[in-house]
Amino acid sequence: MSDYQPKILVFSSDKISDPAIDLAGLLKKHYSPKVYNITVPCTSSVKSRWILHAFEKGIDGVFIGSDGTDCPYRSDCSDLSSKVIEQTQEVMKERGINIARVKMAALCSVCADPFVNHMKNFSESLASLGNIKNETGQSNE
Amino acid sequence: MKKDLKQKIGVYICECGGNISDYVDVEKVAKAVENEPGVYLVQTTMFTCSDSAQIEIIEGIKENNLDSMVVASCSPKLHLLTFRDVAKRAGLNQYNYVHANIREQCSWAHSDRTEEATDKAVRLVRAAIAKVRLSESLETIEIEAKNVAAIVGAGVSGLRSAIDLADQGTQVYLIERDHFVGGRTAQWGKLFPTNEDGKELVERLYKQIKERENITVFTGADIQSLDGSVGDFKLGVKISPRHITGACDEETSDQLYKVCPQETDDEFNFGLTKRKAIYKNYKNAYPENPVVDMDLCDKCGECLKVTNSNINLEQEAENITLNVGAILLNTGFDPYEPKDGEFGYKTIDNVITLPQFRRLLDMSNGSLEYNGKSIRDIAYIYCVGSRQPDGENKHCSRYCCTSAIQSALNVKSKYSDVRNFHINRGIRTYGKQETCYVDSTKQGDVYLQFFEKSFPTLEKIGDKTIITLNDALTDNETMEVSADLVVLVTGMVPRKEDTVAGILKVPIGSDKFYNEIHTKLRPVETVIDGIFIAGACQSPKNIRATMASTLSATAKANSLISTGKIELEPIIATIDTNLCEWCGKCDELCSYNAFEKVEIDGKMVAQVNKAICKGCGACAPICEVNAINIIGSSDEEVEVMIDAFVKDVQFIEDHKAKEAEKTVGKTDDTEKLKKALPEIGKKILQSLESEAKSVPEIAADIQHPADDVLYYLMSLRKYGFVKETGEINDDEYYLYELKQ
Ligand SMILES: Cc1cc2nc3c(=O)[nH]c(=O)nc-3n(C[C@H](O)[C@H](O)[C@H](O)COP(=O)(O)OP(=O)(O)OC[C@H]3O[C@@H](n4cnc5c(N)ncnc54)[C@H](O)[C@@H]3O)c2cc1C
Ligand code: SF4
Ligand code: SF4
Repeated sequence: MSDYQPKILVFSSDKISDPAIDLAGLLKKHYSPKVYNITVPCTSSVKSRWILHAFEKGIDGVFIGSDGTDCPYRSDCSDLSSKVIEQTQEVMKERGINIARVKMAALCSVCADPFVNHMKNFSESLASLGNIKNETGQSNE
Repeated sequence: MKKDLKQKIGVYICECGGNISDYVDVEKVAKAVENEPGVYLVQTTMFTCSDSAQIEIIEGIKENNLDSMVVASCSPKLHLLTFRDVAKRAGLNQYNYVHANIREQCSWAHSDRTEEATDKAVRLVRAAIAKVRLSESLETIEIEAKNVAAIVGAGVSGLRSAIDLADQGTQVYLIERDHFVGGRTAQWGKLFPTNEDGKELVERLYKQIKERENITVFTGADIQSLDGSVGDFKLGVKISPRHITGACDEETSDQLYKVCPQETDDEFNFGLTKRKAIYKNYKNAYPENPVVDMDLCDKCGECLKVTNSNINLEQEAENITLNVGAILLNTGFDPYEPKDGEFGYKTIDNVITLPQFRRLLDMSNGSLEYNGKSIRDIAYIYCVGSRQPDGENKHCSRYCCTSAIQSALNVKSKYSDVRNFHINRGIRTYGKQETCYVDSTKQGDVYLQFFEKSFPTLEKIGDKTIITLNDALTDNETMEVSADLVVLVTGMVPRKEDTVAGILKVPIGSDKFYNEIHTKLRPVETVIDGIFIAGACQSPKNIRATMASTLSATAKANSLISTGKIELEPIIATIDTNLCEWCGKCDELCSYNAFEKVEIDGKMVAQVNKAICKGCGACAPICEVNAINIIGSSDEEVEVMIDAFVKDVQFIEDHKAKEAEKTVGKTDDTEKLKKALPEIGKKILQSLESEAKSVPEIAADIQHPADDVLYYLMSLRKYGFVKETGEINDDEYYLYELKQ
């Protein structure tokens, strides 16, 4: 196990998964402080280019906290995100970025424990992959 | 599109009375962000949400002519609206304010690692600053609203809703698909917990409806189409005729039922009886006239011979369009229908469902019989079609434990030699309904219990059905119950024949019932502005819960449309028409039909209808030329936030000069400090003036939720306003008093 602390970018949805992340905090359930969250109306809006931008800038992993079937907008939002992820992974392969660096899971609005577990497991698996900059070829400062 | 970047940003970092500042060094954060581009002023505050802090912020913004603001505090779920209001009062556009959540997603989440929490807070605040720099002034979308509502479904929910909405001054169209109103409630006979008759309840509500001029009732009415959007929906409705054009009194009706030769299973009685092609659901059903079922009628003409029948078999369906501001869905539920063979359903002849049993009991007179055999021992098998370990229905249907037990009480009071055996999975007669359970045990009912690991099995031997189970209450002893009638306590499921969800695009939840925006915070609104849900179409509910949600939806709908104007959030999709090539993909994908194809400068492009677009953003990734952005989550905004997250954090170690920093609401003078407290803090102090109190006592006194009180009390303790007395009260709660 490496003690590298990977940076994780989370995309959460305003009405469902973001409240779950809030709840984790409210209950003082701890996860890596290198997790940064951007809230969007629905995670089906997350674009490939955002994920790729994150990798380019030195984010080690991107996690999409999708609403699953709880989404108030559309029940197929996770399927839409899956397609975006697949397309993104094609580009990642071309660029030599490990495709395990992007991940999606459904979170309900009270899924505090599942969120914390996802962060824990994702942090660990990203730590063993090491710094993204080794893959994107940027200098390691 | 080059934006004008914001130049004078005010950044307000909240201590939250220690909830943030105990773990995040807010002064360090302030220092680390003060040189970010565009930042003009950074302040830390003790409670940013307090009135006095709000006023100071507003004055500061005006004095310094700031053009935008960032608040870094608790979750925006709590105070986004508070700070939008601050922005407005300071003369800013509310969309030139961006929030950073440094409590739930930082200080609390990382209270175990304060240094790293501080580092993260810096990044979060920087991201908010970078985002607000790009922000533009937006106007809420204002549209006109018709103070007219369509209520779909005239069960107890729809009936009640119509009455209340009409009394609040809204014009109501009540649209019922069946030819009679009342929904399922009329089917159950005596209702728990009051023993009132369902039919009487329906009658009472219907009479109130008839007294109101601003309610129009349509029966046999089916929704065909929907156009327009909130405030101005156009609902296409097809009205099937009754084929009876004038009054038809009871005597004539009886005559008609007699002469009509066409017969079918009576759905109202779940097939226990037959009805004719001319029928009523039950004798006193409303509206009063019978109806002719044209699917069954073969136009033999017998009914036409009855004098004064007023029958017209050639009457045609009518299509109308209703123009309404809001739509309330109250379409109810279906009882779960067991699969053939599930606990002997349809394979053993004395197995029926609870809805059938309610009808049987309601109709029975003198003796209790089923299939011509008299009944003494009744076994109820619970949770059929609910709480399925393997099936689709994971939910508890909530009404059925109570209804089964109430049926056992009703049947025993009508036929005293009946014996009831309740084969359950744990009884859930929550709240006041528990008294039914107590009464049933007192009358000698037997309770046996099974777990989801081993379901009871049924076998017909002679006239009896033998139910075998491993009874959890007697350490899994194998028990046999011999029953004359087996009642499957079936749960509630969404309506099978749902013609509206598709047309109205109502979101469906994972349980397949209609889905609200948020179970706790917005329980009767759907994401479609102007469409509300209430009653059993949303989730299994008894009448009490049905009425609570109904009145809530009614109030929400009325407050939305009654002023004639509606404000919508301008968070919608935008199209870069230079890039768009009209491929139609976004149009195909959008669940709300928000896109239109228009011609601009000689080419066809997509255009977003502002009143329809929900801003979910699902269309944005689909566009191959990347023409779509969502306001507030545009490529630029997301990318600058990411850049801010990864940018190095270096703390400048000169915060010895802390004293010199400008801080709102921070002072050693207790009186001034007191003034800086939020309203609730002041109320708590006031409440403690008379005597020491516990958290629940304070909560009751000042009428605030106990968890809020606890949380502010802790801050008050930290700032030296209150202390624990060290004693506990009778309910074993700690007492708090003022610290002199
Ligand atoms: C066996 C049984 C016993 C019960 N006993 C009790 C009891 O004793 N006490 C109690 O509190 N609760 C009881 N309940 C629960 C009670 O039935 C419900 O709470 C209540 O019926 C919910 O009312 P509703 O108006 O939401 O739905 P419903 O009663 O289902 O009414 C919905 C109405 O909408 C109409 N509709 C449906 N689709 C459309 C459409 N597309 N267009 C137009 N109209 C449409 C239907 O025809 C119907 O008239 C019992 C339930 C069952 C199954
Ligand atoms: S209310 Fe009782 S019978 Fe109905 S599903 Fe829940 S536990 Fe089962
Ligand atoms: S997907 Fe893009 S290019 Fe196609 S119509 Fe929509 S906005 Fe235009």
